[in-house]
Amino acid sequence: MAKETKTMNLNFGPQHPAAHGVLRLILELDGEVIERADPHIGLLHRGTEKLIENKTYTQAIPYFDRLDYVAPMNQEHAFALAIEKLLDIKVPARGSYIRVVFCEIGRILSHILNITTQALDVGALTPSLWGFEERERLMVFYERVSGSRLHANYFRPGGVHQDLPVGLKEDILDFCKNFPKVIDDLENLLTDNRIFKQRNVDIGIVSPQDAVAHGFSGVMLRGSGIAWDLRRSQPYEVYDQFKFKIPIGKNGDCYDRYLCRIEEMRESTKIIVDALKNLPEGPVMTTDGKVSPPSRAAMKKSMEALIHHFKLFTEGYHVPKGEVYACVEAPKGEFGVYLIADGSNKPYRCKIKAPGFAHLQAMDYVVKGHMLADVPAVLGSMDIVFGEIDR
Amino acid sequence: MHKVNFDNNIKNEFKSLNITENFSEPVLEISSEELSGLLIYLRDNKNLRFRQLIDILGVDYPKRENRFDVIYLLLSHEFNNRITVKTSVKSDDTLPSVVPIFPVANWFEREAFDMYGIKFANHPDLRRILTDYEFEGFPLRKDFPLSGHTEVRYDDEVKKVVYEPVKLSQAYRDFDFESPWEGTKYIKKEQDKR
Repeated sequence: MAKETKTMNLNFGPQHPAAHGVLRLILELDGEVIERADPHIGLLHRGTEKLIENKTYTQAIPYFDRLDYVAPMNQEHAFALAIEKLLDIKVPARGSYIRVVFCEIGRILSHILNITTQALDVGALTPSLWGFEERERLMVFYERVSGSRLHANYFRPGGVHQDLPVGLKEDILDFCKNFPKVIDDLENLLTDNRIFKQRNVDIGIVSPQDAVAHGFSGVMLRGSGIAWDLRRSQPYEVYDQFKFKIPIGKNGDCYDRYLCRIEEMRESTKIIVDALKNLPEGPVMTTDGKVSPPSRAAMKKSMEALIHHFKLFTEGYHVPKGEVYACVEAPKGEFGVYLIADGSNKPYRCKIKAPGFAHLQAMDYVVKGHMLADVPAVLGSMDIVFGEIDR
Repeated sequence: MHKVNFDNNIKNEFKSLNITENFSEPVLEISSEELSGLLIYLRDNKNLRFRQLIDILGVDYPKRENRFDVIYLLLSHEFNNRITVKTSVKSDDTLPSVVPIFPVANWFEREAFDMYGIKFANHPDLRRILTDYEFEGFPLRKDFPLSGHTEVRYDDEVKKVVYEPVKLSQAYRDFDFESPWEGTKYIKKEQDKR
């Protein structure tokens, strides 16, 4: 006679240090084995899409910083690309290169945070202390270029807001010289660490077929062995001019995803160096006065410039009627914006496709049959940030 | 990115299909009845292989008879191309759920339901997802006010969070900055003629 077993429900979060924000995860446990995971999200829902519908295009950009707040500029990039497609404007070469530099800085920012907190979740404290020191340096670069450490509002349709300040280029190159050493240090702590491996190897395995069916993108897809990176397969901006490798995993477990992120940081560093060394001269923003604001100096002399400035920051620019989907390879995966413009100065609809949304959805599928202690490891390797999931 | 190669018979198989192009990517418009069939076709056809569903989004057009557009974005890794599938639905009609075809659609459909109230038939678990527990209304509909209907605060007397109708101490300032001068195209056309 089979003995009847009772499952236990466990509330993981919304206030849990390993939940990476405000996740409420309801776990159905049989002993220590997970039978079902039901993530409750939306605790950080701010109605970004609704707000964007009520703001002009210029006013909408800062909302993108607040989505995935560990790599803000990558999000702005997708929105800027969507508007540029609809307006049919070209970004000057210098602007494009600066964008690439800061996208890759964003990727490093995000990967450092993810790797070190993943280590923190499975019991290693030191990596996060070392990693955050480097993050701070990178955020200073953000601050020097945009005036803000996190909420940059730097990528604008048509280019970037300001040129690099004097000395920043050299300082970033300097950082890139030392950074591989820091990655080596992190790897020394983690890659062959017995505890780290015990907690991550063969945990949360995702097969390539399931990774596609569950809508994975970015490292989650590459960790499972699918060579797919939008920077390479559907190049946007000037990514087709850079040489970089795309690391892919073999087993699709948490450890492979960690290794992919480490390698991606090395590749990103190379891209940054490449871009800065070949940084072309010229304007950083399109000179189309109907989209980009005039310079301060021009406003002091030219009446037309003053009018343009006033119109741009009150009425904004009108985007011609149309629909477009633009996506970028954000650190977490494919981040996309589906923009519907109705010809006015505000978007009619702006749908944000956040990679983490699909990843977190697969939580139930990935952790089923795992032990309770594996949940933080899986969650950590999924690179969850609630800003983008809850929008 | 490559060009999408449709079979010649696709138009015969799906009666309501209408293929257009947008930024050199195909857009397929289809009735809600044939939607599931088309998505299975796109996923399994050996020349298409759109095996990943990127996103589902709803769009509200309050003045139309079929009030909501539902847009499916698909990606094919094998052939490196994207496709958009569009369907529309009345506000009280249901769409077939595509969760059996793409498991990832589960939360996407929940989100569309949460935000627009679009109902999906045979969805395994059609609950609200992003809004608060026991939230009322559909926030992304165009007739839903930006400030919402209720606000929450912690009430010290009853020792719990209470919901109250929104009180704005300052009226919402909806500036209409749109210039009356640009946009009157007919005048410009008249001038161009002269």
